[in-house]
Amino acid sequence: MAGEIGHFSLIWVLVAAAIGAVLPQIGAVKGDTRLMQLADRTAYVQFLMALAAFAALTYAFLVSDFSVSNVAANSHTLKPLLYKISGVWGNHEGSLLLWVLILTLFATLVSWRGAKLPLRFRARVLSVQSLLVFGFVSFILLTSNPFLRFDPAPFEGNGLNPLLQDPGLAFHPPMLYLGYVGLSVSFSFAIAALLEGEVTPLWARWVRPWTLLAWVFLTGGIALGSWWAYYELGWGGWWFWDPVENASFMPWLAATALLHSAIVVEKRDALKSWTVLLAIIAFSFSLLGTFLVRSGILTSVHAFAVDPERGVFILAFLAIVIGGSMALYAWRAPKMVPSGLFGIVSRESALVVNNIFLSTFAAVVLIGTLYPLFVEASGAGQITVGPPFFEYAAAVLMSPLVVALGIGPLLAWKRGKLPKAMQIVLPALVVALIAGLALVWSQSGGVVMTAFGLGLAVWLLTAVFAEIASRIKLWQSPGNAFGRLRKITRAQWGMSIAHAGLAVIILGVTVSEAFTDEQLLVMAPGDSTMVAGHTFTFDGVAPVAGPNYSAVRGFFTVAEGDDFVTTLLPEDRVYSNPVMNTTEAAIYPLFTGDLYAVIGEAAGGNRWSVRLYFKPMISALWAGALMMMIGGLLSLSDRRLRLGLPTGRKKIAVKESV
Amino acid sequence: MAAGLKTRKKQRLLVVSIGLTSLIGATLLVLFALGGDSLSLFLQPSEIKARGIEQGKHFRLGGLVESGSFFKEDDGLTYHFIVTDCAASQDVQFKGLLPDLFREGQGVVTEGALNANGVFVASTVLAKHDENYAPPGTLPKSEEQCVHPEAAASTYGTASYLVSG
Repeated sequence: MAGEIGHFSLIWVLVAAAIGAVLPQIGAVKGDTRLMQLADRTAYVQFLMALAAFAALTYAFLVSDFSVSNVAANSHTLKPLLYKISGVWGNHEGSLLLWVLILTLFATLVSWRGAKLPLRFRARVLSVQSLLVFGFVSFILLTSNPFLRFDPAPFEGNGLNPLLQDPGLAFHPPMLYLGYVGLSVSFSFAIAALLEGEVTPLWARWVRPWTLLAWVFLTGGIALGSWWAYYELGWGGWWFWDPVENASFMPWLAATALLHSAIVVEKRDALKSWTVLLAIIAFSFSLLGTFLVRSGILTSVHAFAVDPERGVFILAFLAIVIGGSMALYAWRAPKMVPSGLFGIVSRESALVVNNIFLSTFAAVVLIGTLYPLFVEASGAGQITVGPPFFEYAAAVLMSPLVVALGIGPLLAWKRGKLPKAMQIVLPALVVALIAGLALVWSQSGGVVMTAFGLGLAVWLLTAVFAEIASRIKLWQSPGNAFGRLRKITRAQWGMSIAHAGLAVIILGVTVSEAFTDEQLLVMAPGDSTMVAGHTFTFDGVAPVAGPNYSAVRGFFTVAEGDDFVTTLLPEDRVYSNPVMNTTEAAIYPLFTGDLYAVIGEAAGGNRWSVRLYFKPMISALWAGALMMMIGGLLSLSDRRLRLGLPTGRKKIAVKESV
Repeated sequence: MAAGLKTRKKQRLLVVSIGLTSLIGATLLVLFALGGDSLSLFLQPSEIKARGIEQGKHFRLGGLVESGSFFKEDDGLTYHFIVTDCAASQDVQFKGLLPDLFREGQGVVTEGALNANGVFVASTVLAKHDENYAPPGTLPKSEEQCVHPEAAASTYGTASYLVSG
């Protein structure tokens, strides 16, 4: 029954989306208020119906209704509750349904929070959003219906891929999708602005919170995925520059650029058409990412089950959305009148530099990701573009960005003075140089890149503090500094914390890449070995039984000198449905770094192959990502960014920072 | 700020586009200059011979792990197996922990280079996430010569066996 209700609701979403895409648009052209108001109602209907469909599928998973073939293929009665729920989006069909649910959720939020938007504009935004819903729902109904029945129903389901039965990955897809789909709002705003033919600072003020929200989720989703790879795949790696990872990284880069360029539109009424273009590009990257992941045309170690028919559909959808919006852009963008001049040395220029580097990097990642496709299409055989390419590009393109990032926030709008800014960050430069040189000296050379990375991280971190210090006049009049500290707006705190988060990430990447200590060996009970000053003693193995797996658990005692540190219990699990091995690494985070142990196979004579790591400062990666998210949320909670703000608050109406 | 609005706007646009193109250009140059390590060929066993790949050249090897070819050296860490595309096969040697989804008869992607004896010494053996899925490049191009176990497997009750243990 639930299956039919879900299927039926989904058809309703399609109908409501079709109405919501067409009629409000006609209303906007004709100036018919009633037609325009339809946009809000259809948005609510779409959301409620999508919610009903999603609830129906979730219910089918919860009660293990194996007559629904999607449930039979991806669930199992013995699966823990959390993974029955996460199984809903742990497969192609369900994840698309989640995508639609989030898409309609965002449309509803726009309708709700954007009640103060001009009706015509809101109607256009929502109708673009409905158009996207229409495309995705037809995709689901035509090629990937999660509610198809399976007759006769099997007694037991296939189970979810054990690698995906993990808390980190249970929340990774929803988080990432909230980010991907959140960018659709910026996209719809951009299209609506193109249709209306004008981009105003007010527009940027509407767009920025939505982009920021999407960006926070995207950051969280990527960080969760990377964290999962780190502890679940048992290679000790956290980023592989794999096409699927790149697919999530490109929208992130574009969204980051968009966040920054929207500031320029808001404050200075410049960079308008570029910002609109970025909004289109950012969402196009989201769609492209979905296409790459779901069509399986690229060689990826994360590859998912594929179906050529689906690939063709998404490709066509991609062509229509990207091609259509670009054509609209080419037609309408020249009409936008630029204003807001600024000098070469100014906050605006710094943000332009940010945009150039971020979008170039996104373009380079795109080229690197798609290059194998072109080579293969041209008949020159299959190739892969490996991590060295992306790492080199990251180093070349991101280093100048980080350097500029230290100075940018110190420059004034319109016309800044570089010497003045340099004066403030000079200590940061000195500290960074000392840190880098000290590293080279202590390691007696040969670590130039590491020293450089460390220098960059220290530079950025110190520059962020220097910026805060200069803002509160810490050195000039320390007495009142604390009072001024409280006056710093949340948006400014958000910026500082997010920038510091980037510094922390760079620190983590540099140090963990350079100084990881790794040992691969065979150990018998009682053996011990030294890894980066820690003694790992192998105490043997024991069998363990879990709810739907059995495992071999290794026991390691870790000591530093004579002091006991911890016991590490890595497991090698064999899941029963489907039959599959997974490696559960044992990780113990210390302040200086992670102790990481993986147990391999029996090597005969009660010996086991094991892999032991000490990964210094790797936690800085997740900590940095968390700081970015906190920064984004802080900025989002700033009163000035809230929508519909003017009423009754005169102080905040126009408040220029610095 | 004496210059007119239009010229300034044009000027800025010019600067931005020059910046972008030069950066992309530079990176592309890097891509081709780096050549060797960045871009690696993705080959199946029969292509190794056809292309006359020299020893030491880094590439990716994709194919099926031949049933019955897998064995472990006495050190407990070095593995040997044969990767085949049914038209030709290639000896592979790997030292490390094999990924969870490594099986005889299934697709595998490895990275490494040929040594002097013509054995492919893999530095990495890549795992894949989904059991029903064969990574592109591992399915034999000469498909009539063998049946891929995954292609033949039905959705339910896939009989898979484990090599490890």
